[in-house]
Amino acid sequence: MANYYQKEIETASREEIIAIQNEKLVKQVKHVYDNVAYYRNLMDEKGVKPEDIKSIDDIHKLPFLTKNDLRDAYPYGLLGTDLDNCVRIQSTSGTTGRRVVAFYTQADIDLWEECCARAIVAVGGDKSDVCQVCYGYGLFTGGPGLNGGSHKVGCLTLPMSSGNTERQIQFMMDLNATIICCTPSYAAYIGETLAEKGYKPEDNKLKAGIFGAEPWTEEMRRSIEKSLGIKAYDIYGLTEISGPGVSFECEEQTGMHINEDHFLAEIINPDTGEVLPDGTVGELVFTCLDKEAFPLLRYRTRDLCVLNRKKCSCGRTHVKMSKPLGRSDDMLIIRGVNVFPSQIETVLLNEGYDPNYQIEVDRKNNTDTLDVYVELSNEMFSDKVADIQAKEAALAAAMRTMLGIGPKMHLVAPKTITRSEGKAVRVIDRRKLHD
Amino acid sequence: MALTQLSVFVENKTGNLAEIVKIIADAGINLRALSLAETSEFGILRLITSDSDKAEKVLKERVIVKKTDVIAAKLDDQTGGLYTVLNILDKAAIGIEYIYAFTAPHQGAYTVLRVDNCAAAEMLLNQNGIETLKDSDISAVLD
Repeated sequence: MANYYQKEIETASREEIIAIQNEKLVKQVKHVYDNVAYYRNLMDEKGVKPEDIKSIDDIHKLPFLTKNDLRDAYPYGLLGTDLDNCVRIQSTSGTTGRRVVAFYTQADIDLWEECCARAIVAVGGDKSDVCQVCYGYGLFTGGPGLNGGSHKVGCLTLPMSSGNTERQIQFMMDLNATIICCTPSYAAYIGETLAEKGYKPEDNKLKAGIFGAEPWTEEMRRSIEKSLGIKAYDIYGLTEISGPGVSFECEEQTGMHINEDHFLAEIINPDTGEVLPDGTVGELVFTCLDKEAFPLLRYRTRDLCVLNRKKCSCGRTHVKMSKPLGRSDDMLIIRGVNVFPSQIETVLLNEGYDPNYQIEVDRKNNTDTLDVYVELSNEMFSDKVADIQAKEAALAAAMRTMLGIGPKMHLVAPKTITRSEGKAVRVIDRRKLHD
Repeated sequence: MALTQLSVFVENKTGNLAEIVKIIADAGINLRALSLAETSEFGILRLITSDSDKAEKVLKERVIVKKTDVIAAKLDDQTGGLYTVLNILDKAAIGIEYIYAFTAPHQGAYTVLRVDNCAAAEMLLNQNGIETLKDSDISAVLD
């Protein structure tokens, strides 16, 4: 028996959804053109005027925005309203340079939290639930988004934030948490820790988990479901667009419904920018239809996925997206943190190493691992073990500062890392995400 | 006059040590003493060779190698011989980074010491009647 947070819109007919999207898009493009000089310039360069956008069928005429635009326009260049009207800033976890900061008016926060509320209700949540949010709170959108959604649903909210697993488990058991929200790898870790403590899956009161912010497999889903005795659901989002809840899974667990009344999704060919038909793998592009403070139009997510408009058994009519199948650039998502090989290279150069390195990403016991192999140079070598280990530790610390997560560093002999002709193969990602 | 030791970076991989030793053998250089410091990730091979200049030259083409000054102190080949040497350094508050030992046929036993201030430590040992080796002694003493 499916429940909805906003039944009317979540189960609206395709015609109704398109009518809403048409109206909002026309209004939004005009709003952006009038208020965001950065985007106005892009439209002018392309020779597009707000009048040219009469419906969603015209959206292909609009220019794209990329992460580079966000950096160029940092911090206020893409702001769609006066700062006086903004009530919140959130920021992305990892960056290759300047951080991406996103602004929110109260209406933007409400919209975002409603999307999260839809996700919570979709997994069976209601006001009788105790919702344990162990995503990080702060600049990261995970904690605040699900926290707000949980409030909107009326759940008793446990704002745990991430970490301190002992305390997570104590609160979960003592206060009878029924829904848990965190990264899938942390859910797996909590499951393992519970087992180590001698708890069986049926000892906790959890019924569902909402997991996102990093890639995970079906295999991992099954393993989390078994270890926690729950149903595990996927949630997707990005700070640039709002945060978690841009799309979410329903009871069918076959893809995430995109909240199409707020976010218009397209799939494009990442090389040409051409819009691709539903059912084709391509880069996911979002247009914010009614956000005020940070109204990105045609923002390229770099996530490769497929859209599916087949009727869903849950009754929701909004389009479903597959889990991201990969990235259209070289960014790695490791334990929920964005890592760019270029950041690793920067640290190596700063610390006096040659830029001969290899990055290996794997998943062991449901946790992402990051290993960096770097060639030792004559200058860095010492006859004393302690000296080399101190350098290794300093390098690992510098990596942790830059990346936000600590890779395992391995110093190797010179010329042992395979040199390639042309573009170097810097990254070996052994995580099997497509099985 | 300290003795020259060659320190070589050895990745923790099967066959790496053999490969390094072969480079030295192929160049017609004899090993006089060696010690290997290992960690879970890598090792540092420390070598005293019959010709450190030549050995460094051939090794350099293939691996990371560094010359390090060490002291090779002759030990009284009897109970307490090593203690006598270490006690002198200890009294002068000279710390030892690492140590290994070798014997030469008919010549007795030597301990190789890596200390921070090699020249001062060596002078101190000599003043206390302890003989130390220099590079030019290596062939003569050990052949």
